[in-house]
Amino acid sequence: MTTVINVPPSLDAETIEQVLDQVAPLPRDQKVLIDARHARWASPYALTTLLTLGQTRAERAAFTGPENDDTASYWARTGFYKHAEQIFDLHGYVPRSRNGSESSVLLEITPVAKSEDVHDVVERIQQKAQAILVHELHLEPQATMRFAMTLSEACQNIVEHAQRGGWVAVQTYTWRQRLGRRVVQIAVCDAGIGFRASLESAHGRRISDRWDDGMALEDAVIRGVTRFRDPGRGQGLAGVRRFVGKWDGKLSIRSGTARIAIVPSWDEDVPLAEDLAPFPGAQIQITIPERIPPR
Amino acid sequence: MINHIDVSSVLRRTVCDLYSNLVTRPTGAAVRTEIENLLSAGRGPSLTVIDFSHVNLLDYSCADEVVAKLLLRFEGGAPAQDAYFLLRGVREDHLDAIEAALERYRLALVMQADDGALLLVGTVNDDQRRAWQALRELGRGAAEELALALGEELADAQALLVALHERRLVMRFDDTYVPLGATP
Repeated sequence: MTTVINVPPSLDAETIEQVLDQVAPLPRDQKVLIDARHARWASPYALTTLLTLGQTRAERAAFTGPENDDTASYWARTGFYKHAEQIFDLHGYVPRSRNGSESSVLLEITPVAKSEDVHDVVERIQQKAQAILVHELHLEPQATMRFAMTLSEACQNIVEHAQRGGWVAVQTYTWRQRLGRRVVQIAVCDAGIGFRASLESAHGRRISDRWDDGMALEDAVIRGVTRFRDPGRGQGLAGVRRFVGKWDGKLSIRSGTARIAIVPSWDEDVPLAEDLAPFPGAQIQITIPERIPPR
Repeated sequence: MINHIDVSSVLRRTVCDLYSNLVTRPTGAAVRTEIENLLSAGRGPSLTVIDFSHVNLLDYSCADEVVAKLLLRFEGGAPAQDAYFLLRGVREDHLDAIEAALERYRLALVMQADDGALLLVGTVNDDQRRAWQALRELGRGAAEELALALGEELADAQALLVALHERRLVMRFDDTYVPLGATP
Protein backbone atom coordinates (compact mmCIF):
# COMPACT_ATOMS: atom_id res chain seq x y z
CA MET A 1 0.00 0.00 0.00
CA THR A 2 1.25 3.47 -0.86
CA THR A 3 0.76 6.36 1.53
CA VAL A 4 0.12 9.71 -0.11
CA ILE A 5 2.02 12.63 1.38
CA ASN A 6 0.35 15.92 0.57
CA VAL A 7 2.59 18.86 -0.21
CA PRO A 8 1.07 22.27 0.62
CA PRO A 9 0.77 24.90 -2.12
CA SER A 10 3.42 27.16 -0.62
CA LEU A 11 6.46 25.32 0.58
CA ASP A 12 9.00 26.94 2.89
CA ALA A 13 10.84 26.09 6.11
CA GLU A 14 7.61 26.33 8.07
CA THR A 15 5.24 24.46 5.77
CA ILE A 16 7.71 21.71 4.86
CA GLU A 17 7.15 20.58 8.44
CA GLN A 18 3.64 19.51 7.36
CA VAL A 19 5.29 17.12 4.91
CA LEU A 20 7.74 15.80 7.50
CA ASP A 21 4.88 15.37 10.01
CA GLN A 22 3.12 13.06 7.56
CA VAL A 23 6.22 10.99 6.83
CA ALA A 24 7.60 10.66 10.37
CA PRO A 25 5.15 7.98 11.65
CA LEU A 26 5.76 5.75 8.62
CA PRO A 27 8.31 2.92 8.54
CA ARG A 28 11.25 3.70 6.22
CA ASP A 29 10.26 0.83 3.94
CA GLN A 30 6.70 2.07 3.58
CA LYS A 31 6.03 3.13 0.00
CA VAL A 32 5.08 6.80 -0.16
CA LEU A 33 3.90 9.08 -2.93
CA ILE A 34 4.86 12.68 -2.41
CA ASP A 35 2.09 14.61 -4.05
CA ALA A 36 3.21 18.12 -5.00
CA ARG A 37 0.64 18.61 -7.75
CA HIS A 38 -0.86 21.62 -6.04
CA ALA A 39 2.42 23.26 -5.14
CA ARG A 40 2.74 26.78 -6.54
CA TRP A 41 5.90 27.94 -4.84
CA ALA A 42 8.86 26.46 -2.99
CA SER A 43 11.91 27.96 -1.32
CA PRO A 44 15.35 26.46 -2.02
CA TYR A 45 15.29 25.08 1.52
CA ALA A 46 12.04 23.26 0.79
CA LEU A 47 13.26 21.88 -2.54
CA THR A 48 16.49 20.54 -1.07
CA THR A 49 14.58 19.12 1.91
CA LEU A 50 12.25 17.27 -0.47
CA LEU A 51 15.26 15.67 -2.16
CA THR A 52 16.71 14.84 1.24
CA LEU A 53 13.41 13.29 2.24
CA GLY A 54 13.66 11.05 -0.80
CA GLN A 55 17.13 9.96 0.30
CA THR A 56 15.78 8.82 3.66
CA ARG A 57 13.36 6.29 2.24
CA ALA A 58 14.39 2.64 2.14
CA GLU A 59 11.60 1.97 -0.35
CA ARG A 60 12.05 4.32 -3.30
CA ALA A 61 9.40 7.01 -3.02
CA ALA A 62 7.14 8.15 -5.81
CA PHE A 63 6.84 11.85 -6.60
CA THR A 64 4.31 13.88 -8.51
CA GLY A 65 5.41 17.40 -9.32
CA PRO A 66 3.47 20.64 -9.68
CA GLU A 67 0.73 20.70 -12.30
CA ASN A 68 1.17 24.41 -12.81
CA ASP A 69 3.43 24.93 -15.82
CA ASP A 70 5.25 27.95 -14.43
CA THR A 71 5.94 26.25 -11.12
CA ALA A 72 7.08 23.02 -12.74
CA SER A 73 9.25 24.94 -15.14
CA TYR A 74 10.82 26.91 -12.30
CA TRP A 75 11.52 23.75 -10.31
CA ALA A 76 13.21 22.35 -13.40
CA ARG A 77 15.36 25.45 -13.73
CA THR A 78 16.50 25.08 -10.12
CA GLY A 79 17.82 21.63 -11.04
CA PHE A 80 15.25 19.87 -8.87
CA TYR A 81 14.04 17.37 -11.45
CA LYS A 82 17.55 16.49 -12.56
CA HIS A 83 18.23 15.10 -9.10
CA ALA A 84 14.66 14.03 -8.33
CA GLU A 85 14.74 11.48 -11.14
CA GLN A 86 17.69 9.80 -9.42
CA ILE A 87 15.83 9.57 -6.11
CA PHE A 88 12.13 9.24 -6.87
CA ASP A 89 9.89 7.38 -9.26
CA LEU A 90 8.52 10.41 -11.07
CA HIS A 91 4.88 10.50 -12.09
CA GLY A 92 2.78 13.02 -13.95
CA TYR A 93 4.20 16.02 -15.77
CA VAL A 94 7.99 16.16 -15.76
CA PRO A 95 9.29 19.32 -17.42
CA ARG A 96 12.52 19.28 -19.37
CA SER A 97 15.42 20.87 -17.53
CA ARG A 98 16.70 24.14 -18.89
CA ASN A 99 19.58 24.84 -16.62
CA GLY A 100 21.24 28.20 -16.37
CA SER A 101 18.38 30.25 -17.75
CA GLU A 102 16.93 31.43 -14.43
CA SER A 103 18.43 34.67 -13.16
CA SER A 104 17.16 34.18 -9.61
CA VAL A 105 19.05 30.91 -9.29
CA LEU A 106 22.56 31.74 -8.14
CA LEU A 107 23.38 28.12 -7.70
CA GLU A 108 21.11 25.38 -8.92
CA ILE A 109 20.58 22.43 -6.61
CA THR A 110 23.99 20.78 -6.42
CA PRO A 111 25.08 17.59 -4.68
CA VAL A 112 27.81 17.94 -2.07
CA ALA A 113 29.65 14.92 -0.75
CA LYS A 114 33.34 15.73 -0.71
CA SER A 115 35.80 18.57 -0.42
CA GLU A 116 36.13 18.94 -4.21
CA ASP A 117 32.40 19.61 -4.43
CA VAL A 118 32.81 22.58 -2.09
CA HIS A 119 35.50 24.01 -4.37
CA ASP A 120 33.18 23.56 -7.32
CA VAL A 121 30.29 25.28 -5.54
CA VAL A 122 32.45 28.23 -4.49
CA GLU A 123 33.90 28.65 -7.99
CA ARG A 124 30.44 28.62 -9.55
CA ILE A 125 28.72 30.93 -7.09
CA GLN A 126 31.24 33.72 -7.58
CA GLN A 127 30.32 34.09 -11.22
CA LYS A 128 26.85 35.35 -10.33
CA ALA A 129 27.12 36.48 -6.72
CA GLN A 130 28.65 39.90 -7.35
CA ALA A 131 26.00 40.91 -9.87
CA ILE A 132 23.05 39.77 -7.83
CA LEU A 133 24.14 40.61 -4.29
CA VAL A 134 25.47 44.06 -5.08
CA HIS A 135 23.33 45.24 -7.96
CA GLU A 136 20.02 43.62 -7.11
CA LEU A 137 20.07 43.17 -3.34
CA HIS A 138 22.12 46.33 -2.74
CA LEU A 139 24.58 44.63 -0.41
CA GLU A 140 28.00 46.21 -0.18
CA PRO A 141 30.63 44.70 -2.49
CA GLN A 142 32.49 43.35 0.54
CA ALA A 143 29.52 41.08 1.22
CA THR A 144 30.20 39.01 -1.87
CA MET A 145 33.32 37.28 -0.60
CA ARG A 146 31.83 36.78 2.87
CA PHE A 147 28.78 35.27 1.23
CA ALA A 148 30.96 32.76 -0.61
CA MET A 149 32.87 32.03 2.62
CA THR A 150 29.56 31.37 4.37
CA LEU A 151 28.43 29.09 1.60
CA SER A 152 31.72 27.21 1.76
CA GLU A 153 31.45 26.65 5.50
CA ALA A 154 27.82 25.56 5.32
CA CYS A 155 28.68 23.00 2.63
CA GLN A 156 31.65 21.74 4.63
CA ASN A 157 29.24 20.85 7.40
CA ILE A 158 28.04 18.04 5.12
CA VAL A 159 31.54 16.89 4.22
CA GLU A 160 32.81 16.97 7.80
CA HIS A 161 29.83 15.70 9.74
CA ALA A 162 27.04 14.14 7.69
CA GLN A 163 28.85 10.95 6.62
CA ARG A 164 26.76 10.99 3.44
CA GLY A 165 26.13 13.44 0.63
CA GLY A 166 23.67 16.28 0.68
CA TRP A 167 22.44 19.20 -1.39
CA VAL A 168 23.07 22.90 -1.65
CA ALA A 169 21.08 25.57 -3.49
CA VAL A 170 21.22 29.35 -3.60
CA GLN A 171 18.39 31.47 -4.93
CA THR A 172 16.93 34.90 -4.61
CA TYR A 173 13.23 35.55 -4.25
CA THR A 174 10.83 38.10 -2.88
CA TRP A 175 9.70 37.20 0.62
CA ARG A 176 6.36 38.95 0.63
CA GLN A 177 4.87 37.25 3.67
CA ARG A 178 7.28 38.45 6.34
CA LEU A 179 9.54 40.96 4.78
CA GLY A 180 8.16 42.40 1.57
CA ARG A 181 11.71 42.46 0.24
CA ARG A 182 13.94 40.32 -1.86
CA VAL A 183 16.21 37.89 -0.09
CA VAL A 184 19.00 35.56 -1.06
CA GLN A 185 18.77 32.15 0.52
CA ILE A 186 21.36 29.43 0.95
CA ALA A 187 19.94 26.00 1.67
CA VAL A 188 22.20 23.13 2.66
CA CYS A 189 20.48 19.85 3.51
CA ASP A 190 21.65 16.34 4.21
CA ALA A 191 20.19 13.13 5.54
CA GLY A 192 23.31 12.20 7.48
CA ILE A 193 23.90 11.52 11.14
CA GLY A 194 22.85 14.96 12.38
CA PHE A 195 24.33 17.18 15.09
CA ARG A 196 23.44 15.03 18.09
CA ALA A 197 25.05 11.84 16.77
CA SER A 198 28.04 13.82 15.52
CA LEU A 199 28.68 15.28 18.96
CA GLU A 200 28.01 11.95 20.65
CA SER A 201 30.81 10.44 18.58
CA ALA A 202 33.31 12.72 20.32
CA HIS A 203 35.74 10.66 22.32
CA GLY A 204 35.05 10.85 26.06
CA ARG A 205 32.04 13.11 25.71
CA ARG A 206 29.71 13.01 28.70
CA ILE A 207 26.08 12.83 27.81
CA SER A 208 23.85 14.48 30.40
CA ASP A 209 20.31 13.46 31.23
CA ARG A 210 18.99 16.46 29.32
CA TRP A 211 20.91 15.59 26.19
CA ASP A 212 18.74 15.86 23.07
CA ASP A 213 18.71 17.37 19.58
CA GLY A 214 17.99 20.86 20.92
CA MET A 215 20.95 20.76 23.29
CA ALA A 216 23.19 19.39 20.56
CA LEU A 217 22.23 22.30 18.30
CA GLU A 218 22.82 24.81 21.10
CA ASP A 219 26.24 23.29 21.78
CA ALA A 220 27.26 23.35 18.13
CA VAL A 221 25.74 26.61 16.95
CA ILE A 222 25.90 28.80 20.06
CA ARG A 223 28.90 27.37 21.91
CA GLY A 224 30.95 26.16 18.95
CA VAL A 225 31.32 22.60 20.25
CA THR A 226 32.36 19.93 17.75
CA ARG A 227 33.21 16.24 17.92
CA PHE A 228 36.85 17.02 17.22
CA ARG A 229 39.44 17.62 19.93
CA ASP A 230 41.09 20.22 17.70
CA PRO A 231 40.27 23.64 19.21
CA GLY A 232 40.32 25.14 15.72
CA ARG A 233 37.15 23.29 14.81
CA GLY A 234 33.79 24.98 15.01
CA GLN A 235 35.00 28.14 13.29
CA GLY A 236 32.82 27.54 10.25
CA LEU A 237 29.49 27.90 11.99
CA ALA A 238 30.89 30.77 14.06
CA GLY A 239 31.80 32.51 10.80
CA VAL A 240 28.34 31.86 9.40
CA ARG A 241 26.83 33.45 12.52
CA ARG A 242 29.04 36.51 12.16
CA PHE A 243 28.04 36.94 8.51
CA VAL A 244 24.36 36.57 9.29
CA GLY A 245 24.62 39.07 12.15
CA LYS A 246 26.49 41.60 10.03
CA TRP A 247 23.92 41.55 7.22
CA ASP A 248 20.80 41.29 9.40
CA GLY A 249 20.14 37.80 8.13
CA LYS A 250 18.57 34.70 9.56
CA LEU A 251 20.27 31.39 10.24
CA SER A 252 18.23 28.33 11.08
CA ILE A 253 19.46 24.79 11.48
CA ARG A 254 17.18 21.81 11.85
CA SER A 255 18.51 18.50 13.05
CA GLY A 256 16.60 15.51 14.39
CA THR A 257 13.60 16.86 16.25
CA ALA A 258 14.80 20.43 16.84
CA ARG A 259 15.51 23.63 14.98
CA ILE A 260 17.67 26.45 16.26
CA ALA A 261 17.54 29.93 14.77
CA ILE A 262 19.39 33.19 14.97
CA VAL A 263 16.36 35.38 14.49
CA PRO A 264 16.62 38.94 13.13
CA SER A 265 14.14 41.66 14.06
CA TRP A 266 12.21 41.23 10.81
CA ASP A 267 11.32 37.60 11.55
CA GLU A 268 9.09 36.03 14.18
CA ASP A 269 10.59 32.58 14.40
CA VAL A 270 11.42 31.08 17.81
CA PRO A 271 15.09 30.68 18.79
CA LEU A 272 14.63 26.98 19.48
CA ALA A 273 11.81 24.77 18.25
CA GLU A 274 11.67 21.30 19.76
CA ASP A 275 9.52 18.19 19.40
CA LEU A 276 9.42 18.50 15.64
CA ALA A 277 8.88 15.42 13.51
CA PRO A 278 12.08 13.37 13.60
CA PHE A 279 14.11 13.78 10.41
CA PRO A 280 17.67 12.61 9.79
CA GLY A 281 20.69 14.81 9.15
CA ALA A 282 20.95 18.58 9.24
CA GLN A 283 19.11 21.19 7.23
CA ILE A 284 20.63 24.66 7.17
CA GLN A 285 18.93 27.78 5.91
CA ILE A 286 20.66 31.15 5.63
CA THR A 287 18.57 34.09 4.51
CA ILE A 288 20.01 37.53 3.80
CA PRO A 289 17.55 40.33 3.04
CA GLU A 290 17.85 43.02 0.42
CA ARG A 291 19.24 46.27 1.79
CA ILE A 292 17.05 49.27 1.34
CA PRO A 293 19.36 52.02 0.04
CA PRO A 294 19.18 55.18 2.19
CA ARG A 295 17.09 57.94 0.59
CA MET B 1 67.22 33.33 4.93
CA ILE B 2 64.13 34.93 3.44
CA ASN B 3 61.59 32.76 1.62
CA HIS B 4 58.70 34.00 -0.46
CA ILE B 5 55.72 31.70 -0.76
CA ASP B 6 52.90 32.53 -3.14
CA VAL B 7 50.05 30.64 -1.48
CA SER B 8 48.04 30.55 -4.69
CA SER B 9 50.91 28.78 -6.49
CA VAL B 10 51.21 26.29 -3.65
CA LEU B 11 47.47 25.66 -3.88
CA ARG B 12 47.64 25.00 -7.61
CA ARG B 13 50.74 22.84 -7.31
CA THR B 14 49.58 20.69 -4.41
CA VAL B 15 45.81 20.48 -4.68
CA CYS B 16 44.47 21.37 -8.12
CA ASP B 17 45.82 23.65 -10.83
CA LEU B 18 42.32 24.96 -11.50
CA TYR B 19 41.67 26.25 -8.00
CA SER B 20 42.04 29.87 -6.94
CA ASN B 21 40.06 29.62 -3.71
CA LEU B 22 41.53 28.49 -0.42
CA VAL B 23 38.53 26.66 0.94
CA THR B 24 38.00 23.47 2.97
CA ARG B 25 40.19 21.90 5.64
CA PRO B 26 41.79 19.24 3.44
CA THR B 27 42.92 21.97 1.03
CA GLY B 28 44.30 24.06 3.87
CA ALA B 29 46.10 21.08 5.40
CA ALA B 30 47.68 20.22 2.03
CA VAL B 31 48.87 23.79 1.53
CA ARG B 32 50.27 24.00 5.07
CA THR B 33 52.10 20.70 4.68
CA GLU B 34 53.71 21.96 1.48
CA ILE B 35 54.80 25.17 3.21
CA GLU B 36 56.28 23.13 6.07
CA ASN B 37 58.12 20.95 3.56
CA LEU B 38 59.60 24.03 1.90
CA LEU B 39 60.72 25.35 5.28
CA SER B 40 62.25 22.08 6.39
CA ALA B 41 64.74 22.28 3.53
CA GLY B 42 66.41 25.32 5.10
CA ARG B 43 68.73 25.63 8.09
CA GLY B 44 69.05 28.42 10.61
CA PRO B 45 66.64 31.27 11.18
CA SER B 46 64.25 31.97 8.34
CA LEU B 47 61.72 34.64 7.56
CA THR B 48 58.97 33.40 5.27
CA VAL B 49 56.78 35.89 3.48
CA ILE B 50 53.43 34.22 2.87
CA ASP B 51 51.77 36.03 0.00
CA PHE B 52 47.98 35.89 -0.38
CA SER B 53 47.87 38.38 -3.30
CA HIS B 54 46.59 35.83 -5.80
CA VAL B 55 44.24 34.02 -3.45
CA ASN B 56 40.67 34.71 -4.39
CA LEU B 57 38.70 33.40 -1.42
CA LEU B 58 39.93 32.24 1.97
CA ASP B 59 37.38 30.63 4.24
CA TYR B 60 37.53 30.22 8.02
CA SER B 61 38.40 26.54 8.00
CA CYS B 62 41.21 27.01 5.53
CA ALA B 63 42.61 30.00 7.43
CA ASP B 64 42.70 27.80 10.51
CA GLU B 65 44.61 25.08 8.67
CA VAL B 66 47.01 27.28 6.72
CA VAL B 67 47.76 30.12 9.10
CA ALA B 68 46.89 29.17 12.69
CA LYS B 69 48.21 25.63 12.60
CA LEU B 70 51.40 26.77 10.87
CA LEU B 71 52.04 29.36 13.57
CA LEU B 72 51.24 26.88 16.34
CA ARG B 73 54.01 24.61 15.15
CA PHE B 74 56.67 27.28 15.37
CA GLU B 75 55.69 29.41 18.35
CA GLY B 76 56.89 28.92 21.93
CA GLY B 77 60.22 28.76 23.68
CA ALA B 78 61.63 25.74 21.86
CA PRO B 79 60.15 25.56 18.36
CA ALA B 80 61.08 22.82 15.91
CA GLN B 81 62.73 25.46 13.74
CA ASP B 82 63.66 29.13 14.13
CA ALA B 83 61.03 30.26 11.66
CA TYR B 84 59.17 33.56 11.36
CA PHE B 85 56.26 34.49 9.15
CA LEU B 86 55.14 37.72 7.55
CA LEU B 87 51.84 37.86 5.67
CA ARG B 88 51.39 39.96 2.54
CA GLY B 89 48.62 40.53 0.02
CA VAL B 90 45.94 40.02 2.65
CA ARG B 91 42.60 41.52 1.69
CA GLU B 92 39.94 42.59 4.17
CA ASP B 93 37.89 39.42 3.70
CA HIS B 94 41.02 37.27 4.06
CA LEU B 95 41.74 39.12 7.28
CA ASP B 96 38.29 38.26 8.69
CA ALA B 97 39.09 34.58 8.37
CA ILE B 98 42.68 34.90 9.58
CA GLU B 99 41.78 36.98 12.63
CA ALA B 100 39.05 34.52 13.61
CA ALA B 101 41.56 31.66 13.46
CA LEU B 102 44.21 33.57 15.42
CA GLU B 103 41.78 34.55 18.15
CA ARG B 104 40.73 30.95 18.61
CA TYR B 105 44.26 30.04 19.76
CA ARG B 106 45.22 33.50 21.07
CA LEU B 107 47.88 33.73 18.36
CA ALA B 108 49.26 36.81 16.63
CA LEU B 109 51.25 37.59 13.52
CA VAL B 110 52.70 40.46 11.57
CA MET B 111 51.13 41.51 8.33
CA GLN B 112 52.48 43.94 5.75
CA ALA B 113 49.86 46.13 4.10
CA ASP B 114 50.01 47.15 0.45
CA ASP B 115 51.56 50.49 1.42
CA GLY B 116 54.32 48.68 3.28
CA ALA B 117 52.99 49.40 6.77
CA LEU B 118 53.51 46.63 9.29
CA LEU B 119 50.47 45.63 11.31
CA LEU B 120 50.11 43.42 14.33
CA VAL B 121 47.13 41.11 13.92
CA GLY B 122 45.50 38.70 16.38
CA THR B 123 45.54 38.51 20.14
CA VAL B 124 48.17 40.78 21.65
CA ASN B 125 47.97 42.46 25.04
CA ASP B 126 48.57 46.19 25.44
CA ASP B 127 52.09 45.83 26.87
CA GLN B 128 53.22 43.56 24.07
CA ARG B 129 51.66 45.82 21.45
CA ARG B 130 53.39 48.87 22.96
CA ALA B 131 56.72 47.05 23.06
CA TRP B 132 56.38 45.84 19.48
CA GLN B 133 55.48 49.35 18.34
CA ALA B 134 58.47 50.83 20.19
CA LEU B 135 60.84 48.27 18.70
CA ARG B 136 59.45 49.02 15.25
CA GLU B 137 60.24 52.68 15.75
CA LEU B 138 63.71 51.81 16.96
CA GLY B 139 64.20 49.54 13.96
CA ARG B 140 66.13 47.08 16.12
CA GLY B 141 67.28 47.01 19.69
CA ALA B 142 68.23 45.20 22.86
CA ALA B 143 66.36 45.16 26.15
CA GLU B 144 68.22 48.22 27.44
CA GLU B 145 67.11 50.35 24.49
CA LEU B 146 63.54 49.13 24.70
CA ALA B 147 63.44 49.80 28.45
CA LEU B 148 64.57 53.34 27.77
CA ALA B 149 62.03 53.84 24.98
CA LEU B 150 59.18 52.48 27.08
CA GLY B 151 60.26 53.95 30.40
CA GLU B 152 60.10 50.48 31.91
CA GLU B 153 62.41 48.45 34.13
CA LEU B 154 65.05 46.47 32.24
CA ALA B 155 63.64 43.16 33.47
CA ASP B 156 60.17 44.08 32.22
CA ALA B 157 61.50 45.09 28.81
CA GLN B 158 63.47 41.87 28.63
CA ALA B 159 60.37 39.83 29.50
CA LEU B 160 58.37 41.59 26.81
CA LEU B 161 61.01 40.90 24.18
CA VAL B 162 61.16 37.25 25.15
CA ALA B 163 57.38 37.00 24.90
CA LEU B 164 57.31 38.71 21.50
CA HIS B 165 60.09 36.44 20.29
CA GLU B 166 58.36 33.29 21.49
CA ARG B 167 55.26 34.44 19.67
CA ARG B 168 57.41 34.86 16.52
CA LEU B 169 56.58 38.58 16.29
CA VAL B 170 60.20 39.71 16.48
CA MET B 171 63.40 38.00 15.37
CA ARG B 172 66.32 37.56 17.71
CA PHE B 173 70.00 37.90 16.81
CA ASP B 174 71.99 37.28 20.00
CA ASP B 175 70.83 40.08 22.33
CA THR B 176 69.30 42.18 19.60
CA TYR B 177 65.68 41.96 18.54
CA VAL B 178 64.33 42.98 15.13
CA PRO B 179 60.66 43.39 14.20
CA LEU B 180 59.56 41.26 11.26
CA GLY B 181 59.64 43.26 8.07
CA ALA B 182 62.54 45.46 9.22
CA THR B 183 66.01 44.90 7.77
CA PRO B 184 68.18 43.03 10.28
